[in-house]
Amino acid sequence: MAKELSPLDIYKLLPKTNCKECGLENCMAFATKLVAMEIGLDACKPLLTSKYRRNREKIWDLIKPTLKEVVIKSPTKEVKIGGEYVMYRHELTYINPTAIAVDVTDDLPKDELIERVKKIENFSYSYIGKELKLNLVAVRSVTEDPEKFGETVKTVVENTSLPMILCTFNPKVMKSGLSEAKNSKPLIYAATKDNWDKMGELASMYNCPLTIFAPNDITLLKSLVKTMKEYGIEDLVLDPGTFPGDGVSATLNNFTMIRRAAFKENDELLSFPLIGTPITAWTQEGRILDKKWEETYLAGMLIVRFADALIVHNLEGWSLLPQIILRENIYTDPRKPVAVEPGIRTFGQPNENSPVLFTTNFALTYYTVAADIQSAKLDCYLLVVDTEGLSVDSAVAGRKLTADRVADSIKESKIEEKVKHRKIVIPGRASRLSGEIEEKSGWKVLVGPLDSSGIPKFMQEKWK
Amino acid sequence: MSEEANSFFNSILDLIKKLNNSEMILENIEAEFSELEFEPVPQRFIPYPAAVPQIKKPTEILKTEFTPPIQIYPGRVVEVKIGATKKEGGTRDKTVVVGGETSPAFYTFESPTPHPPVVSLDVFDTKIPMAKAVKNNWRDVLDDPAEWAKKAVNKFGAEMINLHMESIDPLRENTSPSEAAKTVEEVLQAVKVPLTVGGCGDPVKDLQVFEKVAEAAEGERILINSVTLDMDLEKAAKAIKEHGHVVIAFTSMDMQQQKELDRKLYEYLPKENIIMDTTTAALGYGLDYAFTIMERTRLAALMGDEELQHPLSSGTTNAWAAREAWIKLGPEWEPRELRGPIWEVVTALTLLLAGVDLFMMMHPKAVETVKSVIQRLVEQKPVKPQEVINWVTKKF
Ligand code: B12
Ligand code: SF4
Repeated sequence: MAKELSPLDIYKLLPKTNCKECGLENCMAFATKLVAMEIGLDACKPLLTSKYRRNREKIWDLIKPTLKEVVIKSPTKEVKIGGEYVMYRHELTYINPTAIAVDVTDDLPKDELIERVKKIENFSYSYIGKELKLNLVAVRSVTEDPEKFGETVKTVVENTSLPMILCTFNPKVMKSGLSEAKNSKPLIYAATKDNWDKMGELASMYNCPLTIFAPNDITLLKSLVKTMKEYGIEDLVLDPGTFPGDGVSATLNNFTMIRRAAFKENDELLSFPLIGTPITAWTQEGRILDKKWEETYLAGMLIVRFADALIVHNLEGWSLLPQIILRENIYTDPRKPVAVEPGIRTFGQPNENSPVLFTTNFALTYYTVAADIQSAKLDCYLLVVDTEGLSVDSAVAGRKLTADRVADSIKESKIEEKVKHRKIVIPGRASRLSGEIEEKSGWKVLVGPLDSSGIPKFMQEKWK
Repeated sequence: MSEEANSFFNSILDLIKKLNNSEMILENIEAEFSELEFEPVPQRFIPYPAAVPQIKKPTEILKTEFTPPIQIYPGRVVEVKIGATKKEGGTRDKTVVVGGETSPAFYTFESPTPHPPVVSLDVFDTKIPMAKAVKNNWRDVLDDPAEWAKKAVNKFGAEMINLHMESIDPLRENTSPSEAAKTVEEVLQAVKVPLTVGGCGDPVKDLQVFEKVAEAAEGERILINSVTLDMDLEKAAKAIKEHGHVVIAFTSMDMQQQKELDRKLYEYLPKENIIMDTTTAALGYGLDYAFTIMERTRLAALMGDEELQHPLSSGTTNAWAAREAWIKLGPEWEPRELRGPIWEVVTALTLLLAGVDLFMMMHPKAVETVKSVIQRLVEQKPVKPQEVINWVTKKF
């Protein structure tokens, strides 16, 4: 996207009817939000009509991402990768989180296959109010038997809603897999210097995105991209190879060079999503635990260094948890803290004698405290004070959490109508505000523990 | 892999066997909220379906060129030397140099890494809360900083030691500056690697201790950890300069404050005596902020911002502040003995890629991993594509 894009550039091309269909007051407001990336182009319905087709295309050219967005689909779900506007997250924000795929193979007995697929689909971790999940199933042909691969793909499709990556270098095997992936757009892995023409054919025949694999050879990778584009294939994903062990240096260099060429040199042949394969850690000799360990940290490094999709093998929680949380961290919008709505929340079945506690509206703080209250099965009210999304310490230090704000929140929340008592438990890290809060609100303050995991014990001992 | 790492993994293997044989109760501590109040991710734009292009099938690969996209930066990070050998007026066996970068971290296609980032191990002078997975490695030395330092160097390959003087905290033991200086001398005796000495976070008490320690460690070029904006910087810097030491300038995730602090220090200290710490938050606990501020800081330095051209230090042990590093989460997330150190590893490697030069760490397995990754990134050995190409068909 052109850096200096002004809302006026967009406004000129809008219908200018101020019809409000986009949910905004007028076209200018829409243009402003569009430039700030706070609304999608499709929200303006009139633009979708044929009358405005050319205008819409012009706007799209102005606002489209530098990195091609590639969509991988199952009949019910889609996963988008790429579509980025910037190389570094602080330049704006990253858009599409790294999609994580876990593999299954076509030699697995059917029941084991189903079990593994279900495990991939059901994998989930609650983190600041979000369910973090895995995104894709990578089906690998280890038998190189078209029939086996087809059957496996069929079973996978029947047992999960997750989109797939189909992995084999053998076009016959790939074809058999694709023919079983009905109503889907799996990612084809992969075209190489040896099979590119056949894989290209399959990609256009089945209208599926295609990975280009050119290990440690960016010139070849680029040449293959050029060739495929000539074929009419635009949905490409690049794999310059993920090399474990001593290869970590070359791996990072390749990923970084490609991304920089795309963003800083406008190299259109390299402006595609990147796929990393930490699973290659498993090709090494040695102990299984070493492979799992290396796969985990390679995945982490590639999430930081520009991978838009990853394929891993280990399905254990200790290994996947740091990956999905790192992805969440790197892909949050750095322009605004992750915040929750301020106001009063109820836990369990509180009555007029139940405790009242307060916390801040930083999502990480709120959900940590909420989880602790829930696991203690406490019946209580939790007042969420608007600290503009800051944690307790930062908010106290930055004067976003003050006695006045707490007193105001108590008033606004109408909690005084819900409970008879006037006692509030405050976070230990806000203890220095306790006197002032009592003064400003007229409530009695109980200073709680530093960490909210201490709440259950504290309530037992101190709340009477 | 080192012997230590081997024995670590062996004990983990035992543990896993035990876990598999015993039932574990799932602790349901995860919150379940569906009415989420999340800011929506900025929406994307769906392109209008393009006209179908004409397909003209190429019959061979269409060749094209690729030149590595190399950039020249106007700025350079200064080199800071920590420790002093006999020749240089100290008693260290070797010294450590960090910094000197002319490119972002490990853009080695552009320029090689001037000095490998260094891994330094934490030693505390008093009891502090510690996750079990960490503590298990240090139980026998917890009461003796000198022994603790020895174990860190001899057994776990510490390239430096960070001695944290937690006991000087007026709200704790309130150890006197001269007692603190004695502990520093003991540790200097016990190990011959360069030393970092840290305070307790109280700007007044820390300064008193730093003055005394600076004097006692005269000539050793120790790294004082740290000076902050709320400290009497003139006094602190003078003590550091007079006795030939180096310092960490610490701020809390704020580039403007970091610049301000560095600027103030320039009045008293040469640039080559200053390392920066812009704060490390754990994976899942603010790592996003820590990462981005470090990455921005380093890029700004390379782009010519002279007030940020210092090596970066990270208190990576903070990784253990994230609950996910140590809390019981239910059997599908076990064993914690792996989850904890991998948390420290992932936190460290994320910041390594942002530009950190000096890591302060605690878990031996995490230390071993981070050191080996650094070594491989610096050495830049050629790869053998054939060895991984078969991953698609390989059974494992
Ligand atoms: C990430 C971070 C930031 C981020 C903000 C992230 C955010 N959205 O809040 C940024 C970079 C923006 C930031 C800014 C600042 N920060 Co800051 N920041 C941190 C950091 C690294 C982590 C904070 C965090 O996320 N904690 C996790 C959450 C979950 O913790 P929490 O909110 O405290 O909640 C826990 C407890 O308080 C308790 N709890 C919460 N609610 C309740 C309720 C009850 C009833 C009970 C009993 C308990 C309880 O349980 C929770 C779980 O453990 C800390 C250092 C650290 N490692 O802790 C510094 C830290 C908090 N920041 C600090 C400071 C000084 C600031 C700034 C003022 C300085 C600056 N750099 O400009 C600004 C202020 C912001 C502003 N705009 O004015 C200081 C605070 C010092 C102090 N105690 O006064 C800290 C401690 C760093 C330091 N050592 O200097 N910060
Ligand atoms: S929907 Fe389109 S035409 Fe209508 S107000 Fe919004 S931007 Fe203007």
